[in-house]
Amino acid sequence: MADTASISTPAAFARRFWRSSSPSVRLSLLWILAMVAVAAFADLIAPFDYTAMDLRNRLAPPVWMERGSWVHPLGTDDIGRDVLSRVIYSIRLSLFVALLGTVIGAAIGTSIGFLAARFRGWVDDLVTTAIDFQSALPFFILALATLAFLGNNFVIFVAVMGVYGWERYARIVRGMAFAAQAQGYAVALRTLGASPARIYAAHILPNIASAIIVNMTLNFPETVLLETSLSFLGLGIQPPMTSLGNMVGFGRDYLLTAWWIAVSPAVVIFLTTLAFSLLGDWLRDRLDPTVKGR
Amino acid sequence: MLSFVLRKGLRAGLTVLLLATFTFFVLRTSGDPAVLLVGLEAGPEAVEAFRRRWGLDQPLWKQYAIYLQQLLSGDFGQSFVGNRPALEVVAERLPKTLWLMGVTAVVTLAIGIPLGVVAALRRDSWIDRLAIGVSVAGLSLPNFVVGVLLILLFGVALMLLPTTGSETAWHFILPVATMATGDAAVFARFARSAMLDVLNQPFMRTASAKGLDRRRAVMRHAVPNAAIPLVTVFGLYVGRIIVGAVITENVFAWPGVGSLLVLSVETRDLAVVQTIVILVGVTMVVTNITIDIAYRWLDPRTAEERTLG
Repeated sequence: MADTASISTPAAFARRFWRSSSPSVRLSLLWILAMVAVAAFADLIAPFDYTAMDLRNRLAPPVWMERGSWVHPLGTDDIGRDVLSRVIYSIRLSLFVALLGTVIGAAIGTSIGFLAARFRGWVDDLVTTAIDFQSALPFFILALATLAFLGNNFVIFVAVMGVYGWERYARIVRGMAFAAQAQGYAVALRTLGASPARIYAAHILPNIASAIIVNMTLNFPETVLLETSLSFLGLGIQPPMTSLGNMVGFGRDYLLTAWWIAVSPAVVIFLTTLAFSLLGDWLRDRLDPTVKGR
Repeated sequence: MLSFVLRKGLRAGLTVLLLATFTFFVLRTSGDPAVLLVGLEAGPEAVEAFRRRWGLDQPLWKQYAIYLQQLLSGDFGQSFVGNRPALEVVAERLPKTLWLMGVTAVVTLAIGIPLGVVAALRRDSWIDRLAIGVSVAGLSLPNFVVGVLLILLFGVALMLLPTTGSETAWHFILPVATMATGDAAVFARFARSAMLDVLNQPFMRTASAKGLDRRRAVMRHAVPNAAIPLVTVFGLYVGRIIVGAVITENVFAWPGVGSLLVLSVETRDLAVVQTIVILVGVTMVVTNITIDIAYRWLDPRTAEERTLG
């Protein structure tokens, strides 16, 4: 009885999720939850501050190698900073930037998509032209150009992350909003005299939210890749802040003598984006009936 | 067909114009372009001369017109480096990058497409699962991580291959492997799903019904038809390989346009950045228009469907 009655409670949802998912999807979810926990409790987990230097223990290897010790389980870098602590704080910053970027992108793209659907005519033409323009060019190059032209600081960098992917949200939302407008509930609301803002925000948005959320789960790992790639090139997050990408970037100068500086964050990047891709693919297959069977 | 090409051409021109407009306005809003483009140490006379040469004492709309005129006549501004034309600085780096991208594209396609075809023919076998698994990983693994790991394995641990520079054929191996692994997996995935679509078509049943052996049916009928949707993937691929080259060139100190771009962003050599951005834009636009035309030529059924793309 409890099962049928509580079909929509979070616990029942979680149980249904668990039963219908494959082991790789479950592992992905666990890994992502672990990363979120690490990001949230970085201050408690990290054994050292990410800028704290231990000059007598420079380039110390990880614990399983000769000369390694439990003081620095993943070793230290060229000025004796604890790699584990830096990875932990980097996870926090990289996830935070990607989350901000994804949320901003979803907000911008959704608003633009709604504007196109609401006003049609030349507004819609403008939006579709902008979408085509954006999707015709690699965003990475535009991001580099923007950072070159405007200079780089944290706010500009986050703004660039936020703009990334807006065109995909806009395309999806525009299409779905056009379709929703013609449906009974939107027509009924309009007849009742609801304002357009109310119809879009309170009624159409909840109806198309699942598509936006799926796109967010696909956009998030791509934003992580964009951020880490730019940071790797030294054009993203700037020291003293630390991101997974700029750890790999600095670590590559020490590949000959201290490979662990670059490898630990590289492995985290790989596992995290992989977990998000697997989860995103699975979500898309479940929530979007048009891509079944690929 | 002619009106189709014309329409596509107009759209392509519009994209390039928008891109040029984007660089114009972002550049103008980011501070005094004269100081930025000439450099701080240039002195007031040089800045003034530059201002007059680029017409920066004119109103904005006039500046914009002059700017477009300059671009059309091939004047992309001066690079800080040796005070040479930016176009020249970019052009001399271009062959290295084109070689890298060309070799990579050949390797990627030569591995990816056969892998996808085999995966589709042996659906749910180990090779199919491997191809899918690798393609998910390939999409997730950023180039710089692959590059660093390859350097670690083949350059540092095994000491087999050179990891910086571009002098010999050996130097191609690691950068090409870095860019090709992920993308070959992506192509394998697309080729697989395209093949699966085709294998279920009635004409494949007809082919086997009239007694054609499986091998010939696949080679003569399935593969050419599956190749059509792959043409559209190529457009996305050109964008990916450009971005991949920017990162990979930096990992392996490859002296191409990608290294130049990152260097120019660091030093804010804006004329060079602007030149490369417009070059990339033109490349993408030309690629897309070629693909649209090729697609329509290969599959006339899509004449009207794809015009909104």
